[in-house]
Amino acid sequence: MTDKIRQIAFYGKGGIGKSTTSQNAIAGMAEQGQRVMIVGCDPKADSTRLMLHSKAQTTILHLAAERGSVEDLELSEVLLTGYRGVKCVESGGPEPGVGCAGRGIITAINFLEENGAYEDIDFVSYDVLGDVVCGGFAMPIREGKAQEIYIVVSGEMMAMYAANNIARGVLKYAHSGGVRLGGLICNSRKVDREVELIETLAKRLNTQMIHFVPRDNIVQHAELRRMTVIEYAPDSQQAEEYRQLARKIIENKNLTVPTPISMDELEELLVEYGILGGEQEYQKAIAQDQGKQLVNV
Amino acid sequence: MTFTQEEKRQIIKEVLEAYPEKSRKKREKHLNITEEGKSDCGVKSNIKSVPGVMTTRGCAFAGAKGVVWGPVKDMIHLSHGPIGCGYYSWAGRRNYYIGTTGIDTFGTMQFTSDYQERDIVFGGDKKLAKVIDEMETLFPLSQGITIESECPVGLIGDDIEAVAKKKAKEIGKSVVPVRCEGFRGVSQSLGHHIANDTVRDWVFAKSDKVPDEELGFTPSPYDVSVIGDYNIGGDAWSSRILLEEIGLRVIAQFSGDGTLNEVKLSHRAKLNLIHCYRSMNYLCRHMEEKYGIPWLEYNFFGPTYIAKSLRTIAARFDETIQAKAEEVIAKYQAQADAVIAKYRPRLEGKRVLLMVGGLRPRHVIPAFRDLGMEVIGTGYEFGHNDDYKLTTEYTDPGTVIYDDVTAYEFEEFARKLKPDLIASGIKEKYVFQKMALPFRQMHSWDYSGPYHGYDGFAIFARDMDLALNSPTWGLVNTPWKTV
Repeated sequence: MTDKIRQIAFYGKGGIGKSTTSQNAIAGMAEQGQRVMIVGCDPKADSTRLMLHSKAQTTILHLAAERGSVEDLELSEVLLTGYRGVKCVESGGPEPGVGCAGRGIITAINFLEENGAYEDIDFVSYDVLGDVVCGGFAMPIREGKAQEIYIVVSGEMMAMYAANNIARGVLKYAHSGGVRLGGLICNSRKVDREVELIETLAKRLNTQMIHFVPRDNIVQHAELRRMTVIEYAPDSQQAEEYRQLARKIIENKNLTVPTPISMDELEELLVEYGILGGEQEYQKAIAQDQGKQLVNV
Repeated sequence: MTFTQEEKRQIIKEVLEAYPEKSRKKREKHLNITEEGKSDCGVKSNIKSVPGVMTTRGCAFAGAKGVVWGPVKDMIHLSHGPIGCGYYSWAGRRNYYIGTTGIDTFGTMQFTSDYQERDIVFGGDKKLAKVIDEMETLFPLSQGITIESECPVGLIGDDIEAVAKKKAKEIGKSVVPVRCEGFRGVSQSLGHHIANDTVRDWVFAKSDKVPDEELGFTPSPYDVSVIGDYNIGGDAWSSRILLEEIGLRVIAQFSGDGTLNEVKLSHRAKLNLIHCYRSMNYLCRHMEEKYGIPWLEYNFFGPTYIAKSLRTIAARFDETIQAKAEEVIAKYQAQADAVIAKYRPRLEGKRVLLMVGGLRPRHVIPAFRDLGMEVIGTGYEFGHNDDYKLTTEYTDPGTVIYDDVTAYEFEEFARKLKPDLIASGIKEKYVFQKMALPFRQMHSWDYSGPYHGYDGFAIFARDMDLALNSPTWGLVNTPWKTV
């Protein structure tokens, strides 16, 4: 593995739009001449569909299970080339409710490393599912793997909780493995004062809001066609937003060790921005409910 | 060499000095000296070992597979998980049995589902089902299967219970899932308990509805089950003959040289006789509560306690049995006396440090005493509070007690208390022999035995003499003394 490769990873709460945002950003990076490989680390295997214009590609683990073990695979069987030469691979994993998806990711990444997948590229991008629930899902941020973490977030409460938790995961490995936080990507949900809120959160976490991606239905139109916005509507405003995000990631020098905040601090922040009610509102609501119950009795 | 109570306390203090403060505070609660009139040894037990020490403890898997279920000879016991746990638990205990291995008995064979990466990632339930099919095809005379799950099975949450239910129906035999993942609990002790519970839930729950005739069983007033004798080197056999000689009928050996059918019979006894209290008391208590079967702990080590136990057992039956018990005791007295006459003069006054597992830290003390030997220190690997209470019946005041003794402590106690013999396990053996100390293994009987019963006592006495009076010790030079 050469030092020149920049390894980045996209984390964030499930359903926040990681796969869409990361693929659009990567399309932008590819457009700007970068050679990128996407490593999907989600059993759903939907991290590469916009690149390959397919439902889901054959995954490393699916094929390994069929054949017996990963030793029975060839890299070329699972490493496909998509839009503008972006290399695509999916780790895959078990069906919900059985086995260990975390271990699957470890197995898949080891396979890729041992088989020279990390050659002749400028960027590797890991797209990881929802929360970092166990060691396996932290694999991409451990030693020798992703060095820059981008957290996709919105102004919604749970998305911010998740972002703070991910920052804690990054901090854990920051000293042993040298991983750094590259910034928060705000994938707008049109929450009030969203820009300010995420910028404040970013500051508290000792990072930056690297880009604010506005909400636009064109993203869904492109997605329906299994394309990125950059490919589907290259002249649209939204495509321009993703190009900007891509450029900012390529040029990003602001890599930090995050300073995750406590649950109390996070709640205070949410109260400050009116997303959560304060203690007073809480007591008032409870009192109201009790009043209602009395009436019912 | 003898020490005063005060000197022994000082020795414990000195041994503890090597530890950092935090560990010392933990360990000092596990070490004590027994006192006159106290009903407890005064040590803490069944607590997690201190990190960084060498402990002799095993894990829940070892307790369930190696101890409780493993000796049931006509069942296949599957090590479910990656290969290591299965390989290293392969025929590790000398549970003797009668049968044709690979045809109707499987005791010394090793079965494993040999988990691969694929099974971890995608779950191993399909493989488990397939393994059971294969075992059924290859060994159709097996009476049932137990599935002992290893750590990864618990981590990834495989549903072995569902597989067990389905397969039991398909093959028409007992299939028992045992959730004995090694990370559970602080020692093998929890594995015993888990295994006991599976007998209750997966065997008794069905077998207690099966009529006697269907199991080929006609009850008699003298039916007893022998519980928790694992037949190490044939121990259960040399015990069983005594019970039969006094007129009782042993309907089940559970589990040494036992069958699944005997397991199913065990709750039809009039009295349960428990040898290893630690590993099987849970089932005895269950059988008492559910089926009203009383139980008692007996001890067949050394003629004094054999006689005592035979009388206690006989007292639970009628006068014919009691009379026969006296006859049997009288009959063997000459044999026991001859053994003592031969060996006692060679062993008199020898001092022993003992450290074993389930019951032997207390039960073998009288056998040593019959030979004029003195146990000056004893302790359990994984005993609980009740074991240390039961121990006071056996120990002299001033006995050093060490619970879950660490390798370092045991070595230091040996240096300071200067025993003539150490009686412990394979992990300790070579350390002490290299210190030029006579040693006997008390788990495996050093590949000798049996030690139970009158016949066993003769072998026990001979083996202790071999260890202590071997001319080998006179030939060992201490290199640093000649330099």
